[in-house]
Amino acid sequence: MHELSVAMGIVKIAEDETKKAKAKKVTLIELEIGKLAGIEFESLDFVWPAAVKNTVLESAERKIDVKDGLGKCADCDSVFEIHHFYDSCPNCGSNLKGIIQGKELRVKALEVV
Amino acid sequence: MCGTCGCGSEENGPKILTPTIGKENHDHDHGGHHTHGHSHDHDHTHGHHHHHQNGHHHHHHDHSHDHDHHHKTVLEVERDILQQNEIMAARNRGYFDAKDVFALNLVSSPGSGKTSLLERTLKDMKDKIPFYVIEGDQQTLNDANRIAALDVPVIQINTGKGCHLESDMIHDAVKKLNIANNSVLMIENVGNLVCPSMFNLGEHKRIVIVSTTEGDDKPIKYPDMFHTSDICIINKIDLAPYLDTNIEELKKNALQVNPNLVFFEVSATKGTGMEQWYDWLKENLKLIPENQ
Repeated sequence: MHELSVAMGIVKIAEDETKKAKAKKVTLIELEIGKLAGIEFESLDFVWPAAVKNTVLESAERKIDVKDGLGKCADCDSVFEIHHFYDSCPNCGSNLKGIIQGKELRVKALEVV
Repeated sequence: MCGTCGCGSEENGPKILTPTIGKENHDHDHGGHHTHGHSHDHDHTHGHHHHHQNGHHHHHHDHSHDHDHHHKTVLEVERDILQQNEIMAARNRGYFDAKDVFALNLVSSPGSGKTSLLERTLKDMKDKIPFYVIEGDQQTLNDANRIAALDVPVIQINTGKGCHLESDMIHDAVKKLNIANNSVLMIENVGNLVCPSMFNLGEHKRIVIVSTTEGDDKPIKYPDMFHTSDICIINKIDLAPYLDTNIEELKKNALQVNPNLVFFEVSATKGTGMEQWYDWLKENLKLIPENQ
């Protein structure tokens, strides 16, 4: 259940940034999470209320921009969608690939008051 | 992060070991690393732009003209959620590099033989290479005691409810270990094939251990860990004849997840195949500065 650690990381960022902006609380938080980032979205939902309780995020709306996994084949340069790390290139069958999208795990923006 | 690590748990080491790591130490000073050079336009109309630099703020709204609307500000944060862990990992790595300490992060499911492999390695190699060990477990000093019995300096980290080690725990543990230059640091992570994959500890190489008893499809069932590892040690090969596990199939699956994996096939209890692993260790130890 590393999602709790992740949620705590989000809370830390939100607390820091809200304090820096001399704001009181967050009304909207935008996250960017890739499908290959190792996050179980249901687990994140599950731990979220506990993690944000009594923090600036307590009443914040949460928006998640979910990024699909994209890989680029190291052998034939094809770009293709990846659902699993073991997906091989649909064009040439190679397992050698770079992940070019899908590992994002980031707080994009906060709307504070 | 104390949300998971259950820090402050009273798991003090009775003897040589002081595994009281990861106390209330969460407000790391990140040395003013925080530079965001963008400007914020506020949606109210007193028209001056605020340029925020180096966390410096001129944000005085104490002048009293009327805002008839809600004062909402959008902060374009763009911060990685694991940034805190990455910063501490980079600090650990700098420390290791400066001291020519070769740091390895051993990960696997519980019971695959991490500690046995470690014990065997220490027993056979400790006269040739100076070793230091950090043991991560949820509870108990058992593993640290096993290592300490071999006269190797060890620190136990008990994560409490936590399912993985994080770089700040390593940072604290390393301080207590007092590592000598030109040595090897073995970090045995919490037995868990999922969570530790996301947390860089500052290690040079990540080593995933999988035992033949776990089945040959382990790498595709838990791809994240195999994807982030550099080395795969297949343990308990002495049991393979009694199992349905096909080692070649296991390797094939692992390579599909991560084509760069290097394999060693060993039996830590019988000593089979350990020489190749030791050769790799000796070879890479020499290469530390270039080996990044």
